[in-house]
Amino acid sequence: MTAQQHGFAAVGLRLGYEGRTVIDGLDLSIPPGQVTVIVGANASGKSTLLRGMARLLRATGGLVEVDGRDVRSIPTRQLAAIIGLLPQHPTAPEGITVVDLVGRGRYPHRGILRQWSATDAVIVERALAATSTLDLADRRVEDLSGGQRQRVWIAMALAQEPDILVLDEPTTFLDVAHQLEVLDLLLELNRTEGTTVVMVLHDLNLAARYADHLVVMAGGAVLTEGRPREVITEVTVREAFGLECRVVDDPVCGSPMVVPIGRFHGPSI
Amino acid sequence: MSVAGPVRERSTARCRAVVVGAVLAVVLATYLSLALGSRQIDPSVVVDALLAPNADDNDYMVVRDLRVPRTVLGLLAGSALGLAGALMQGLTRNPLADPGLLGVNAGASLFVVLGISLLGVTAASGQVWLAFAGAAAATVVVYAVGSGPRGPSPLSLTLAGTAVTAALTSVITLVLLGDLETLNQYRFWSVGSLVGRDLDAAVGVLPFIAGGVVIAAALGPSLNVLALGEDVARGLGAHLGRVRVLAAIAIVLLCGGATALVGPIVFVGLVAPHFARWLVGGDYRWILGLSGMSGAVMLTLADVIGRLIVPPGELEAGLVVALLGAPVMIALVRRRRAGAW
Amino acid sequence: MSVVAGSRTRRRRSVATASGVLALVLVVLFVASLTLGSYSISPANLIATLTGSGESGDRFIVLGLRLPRATVAVLVGVAFALAGALFQSLLGNPLASPDILGVTGGASAAAVTALLVLGLSGPAVAASAGGGALLVAAAIYLLSWRAGVHGYRFVLVGVAVSFLVEAMLGYLLTRADVRDAQSALVWLVGSLSGARWEDAALVALGLAVLLPVLMLLTPHLLVLQLGDDTATGLGVRAAPARTMALALAVAMAALGTAAVGPIAFVAFVSAPIARRIVRDGLALGASALVGAIIVLASDLAGQHLLPGGLQVPAGIITGAVGAPYLLWLLARAQRSGGLA
Repeated sequence: MTAQQHGFAAVGLRLGYEGRTVIDGLDLSIPPGQVTVIVGANASGKSTLLRGMARLLRATGGLVEVDGRDVRSIPTRQLAAIIGLLPQHPTAPEGITVVDLVGRGRYPHRGILRQWSATDAVIVERALAATSTLDLADRRVEDLSGGQRQRVWIAMALAQEPDILVLDEPTTFLDVAHQLEVLDLLLELNRTEGTTVVMVLHDLNLAARYADHLVVMAGGAVLTEGRPREVITEVTVREAFGLECRVVDDPVCGSPMVVPIGRFHGPSI
Repeated sequence: MSVAGPVRERSTARCRAVVVGAVLAVVLATYLSLALGSRQIDPSVVVDALLAPNADDNDYMVVRDLRVPRTVLGLLAGSALGLAGALMQGLTRNPLADPGLLGVNAGASLFVVLGISLLGVTAASGQVWLAFAGAAAATVVVYAVGSGPRGPSPLSLTLAGTAVTAALTSVITLVLLGDLETLNQYRFWSVGSLVGRDLDAAVGVLPFIAGGVVIAAALGPSLNVLALGEDVARGLGAHLGRVRVLAAIAIVLLCGGATALVGPIVFVGLVAPHFARWLVGGDYRWILGLSGMSGAVMLTLADVIGRLIVPPGELEAGLVVALLGAPVMIALVRRRRAGAW
Repeated sequence: MSVVAGSRTRRRRSVATASGVLALVLVVLFVASLTLGSYSISPANLIATLTGSGESGDRFIVLGLRLPRATVAVLVGVAFALAGALFQSLLGNPLASPDILGVTGGASAAAVTALLVLGLSGPAVAASAGGGALLVAAAIYLLSWRAGVHGYRFVLVGVAVSFLVEAMLGYLLTRADVRDAQSALVWLVGSLSGARWEDAALVALGLAVLLPVLMLLTPHLLVLQLGDDTATGLGVRAAPARTMALALAVAMAALGTAAVGPIAFVAFVSAPIARRIVRDGLALGASALVGAIIVLASDLAGQHLLPGGLQVPAGIITGAVGAPYLLWLLARAQRSGGLA
C-alpha cells in the first residue's frame, strides 16, 4: 500500500479565534511525500496553522487547498480518507480497548450502513502491526503508557489509510525514548509508504533530525522554510526564538544541532 | 525602585473605594426597602418611623412592623448567602458553586417539612431551627460523600449535592403528597420569601451567622493560597484539611442560617462573588466582604422589586432572584471562552 | 487477521453476556409485574390469559391494567435512559442529564401551567409536557450557542435554566388552590398508575421513530466520543452530529415525561450503571435495559413492597433509592482514588 501524492497548500490563509487574528495572508506549500516539521516559539502560530490546514479551524480569509481544490468544497469524509489527524490532546472514552479505538479510524471508509467488514479488520491489523501495538490489542487505552498510547492513536490515524498524516505535537509529555519511538515510526511510514507527514514539534533538534522540510514560524507568519541545514542558523534561531546559540553538526547523525548559550553557560572568552 | 509598591497601593485604594461604594449601596438598598412598596412613603416619614414612632399612624406601622423586619432579613440573609457563596467558590475553585448545590436547601427543606408534618411546628421561630439542623446534616453528608482521599473535587461535590438534593426532594414530595396542610405551608416557604418572619427569628439565628462571618474573615488569606491549586498551596504551607473543615463549618453556619430565615434561595450565593470579583479582583480578603455586601443588596432589592412588579400583589424575593439571577448566570457563562472552564 | 477479529469477538461476547443477564432480569420483573398484586395470578393462569383463554377477571386485570402499565414502564425506562446516556456522552459530563439540566423541569412547568392555569387535563397536559421539554431544550441550546455549542457551556446554561424553571414551578404552586397544588404535585412526581394502552402506544410510536434514527447516528456518536478534533479529522461534522443527537435525546425525554411525568433519576443513573456492568464505551443498549429495569422495579416496589399496603409512585422510589445508590457509587469511586 503506497500513499498517493497530493498537493496540500495554504494560500493567503487568515486564521484567528473570536475576533483575534493570529495568522494573516500565509502561503505554505507542503512538499508531497516528505516529512515537514513546523517549529516556532510559543504563540508563534504553529498550532493554529496546523489546525487550519487540517480544517479544524475555519479560515477567515484565503484558503487551504488539496490537489488544487478548496478543502471547504471537499466533503469532510472524503477529506478524512486523504488526511489523517492526531490532535494535541486526544481523548479516549473510558474503557475503550485498543482494537476498538483503532477500529474507529475506519469510519471514513465505511458505507452508509457502517458494517464492519473483513477489509476493515485487515487494515486495523496492519495499522497495529505498523505501530508495534498488536500485542496491546485487548488492553484498555487508559491503562497504557504515554508512548504506547501515542502509538495507538497513530495506529488509529493509520487505519484511515491517509496519504497525508498531520500531527500536532505528537511528542509532548513523552519521555525521550518514547519521543524517538514515535518519530522513528513516522519516518518509517514516510520512507516505506510514501505517506506525507506534517507535524508540529517543539524540540528544535529533533525537528532538525527528522524533517525533510522545515518551516519556522514567528509572529504568525513563516519566517523561513527549507531543508534543515539551510534553515537552522544562528540568525534564524535568534529571530524566531530570541535565543543565542551555536549551530553545530549533530555528532550522531550530522543534522544541524542547536546548542543554546545562556547566562551561565557560554563560550569562554 | 520596584513597580510593585505603587501598583499595590493603587489597587488597595481602588478596593477601599469599592467598599465605600458598597456600603453606600447597602444604605441605599435599606432605604428603598423601607420606603417603597404598595404604599410609597416619604423619606422624612421613614426616618421618623425609625427614630420616634407614632404608633397610630399607618405609615409608621408599615415601616416599623412590616418593612423593617423584611429589610433586616434581606440584609442578613443576603449577606450570609453572598459570603457563603464566596467561601464555596474559593473552597471548590469552582466559579459556579452555589450553596444550593451543596444540598443545603434540600436538607433545610426536608427538616422543615418533617417538622411541620410530624411535629406540627408551624411557627417561624421553630422552623428556623429545623432548617438550620437540616442544612447542617445535608452539608455533612454531601461533604463526606464528595470527598476523596485528597479532599473534595468540584465535580464530585456538585454531583453529591445534586444527588442528595434529588433524594431529599423525593422524600419531601412523599410527605407532601399525603399531607395537604403541610403542603399548604411548605409551598410558600419553599419559594424563598422575606415575608412572614419576625425579628425574633433573626435575633436567634444571628449568633450563628456571626460565627460564620468570623470564621470566613479568618479564612481569606487561606483561600487566596488555595486558589493556586492544592499542590502549590501545600507547598506554601497551607493546612488544607483544616481550611476545608473550617470553610465547611462557616458555610453551614451562614447558609443554614440564611435558609432557616428565608427559605431556600438560589443564585445569590452564585452571583454575589462574581460581582465582587469583577470589582476588586482575585483577592479573597476583599472578595469575601464585598460578596456579603453584594448579597445583602441583591436580596433586599429583589424584595423591593417583588413588591413593585405586580401590583397590588407581590412576588416573593426568591422568585425575583431566580428571574434575574438566571440571565446573569447565563451571561456569565457566555462571556467566558470555551476553554476557560 | 486473527488478533483483531479475536479481540472483537471476545468483546462482543462479553457485552452480549452482560446484556443477556440484564434482559433476563427485565423479563423476570415483567412477569412478576403481571402476576403480583392484591389479586395475584398464578403463572398458569397468566399464560392462559396471555394466550387468550383465561377468565374474564384475569383478562381485565392482566390485559387491561397490568400489561399496559408494565409496557409503559419498560418503554418509558428505555426513553429516559437513552436520553440520559446521550446527554452524558455528548456533553462529556456525568452531571449532564435532562433531569439536571432543566429539560424535564421545563416539561413539568409546562404541564403544571396546563393543569393549574389553563385547567387542562389528560392528553393536553401530556402534550404540554412534551412541548415544554422541547422548548426549554431549544432555549438552552440557543443560549449556549456561541460559535458552536460546547459541552460545558450547555451544562451550565442548563443548570441556570433549571433553577429558573424551578422558580416558575414554585410560583405556580403558590398561586394555586392548595388542592390543585396537590394534584399538580401528583403529576410532578412521575407515576405509572393509570397508565393505559394509549400511553403505551404513544411512547411506542415515538420510540419507533426515534430509535432507528439513533441507530443510524450511533457510528457518528462513537467517533464523536473521541473528541471534536479527532472526530473532525475522521470526517464527522461534529456540530451537526451533536445537535442531532441532542435533539433525539430531548425528544425521548419529552416523550417519557409526557407519558408518565418526570421520573427522577432514571436518565441520570442508567448509563453510569450500565457502563459499570457492560464495560463498553457507549453502552446504549445496556443503558436502555437498565432504565427499563429501574422503572419497572420501582413501580413494583412502590406498589407491593411497602408496609401497610401503602402505594407510592415510581418517581419517589427512583429518587429515594437511586440517589443513595449514586452517593454510594461516588463514595466508592472517591475512595479508590478520586473521580476528577
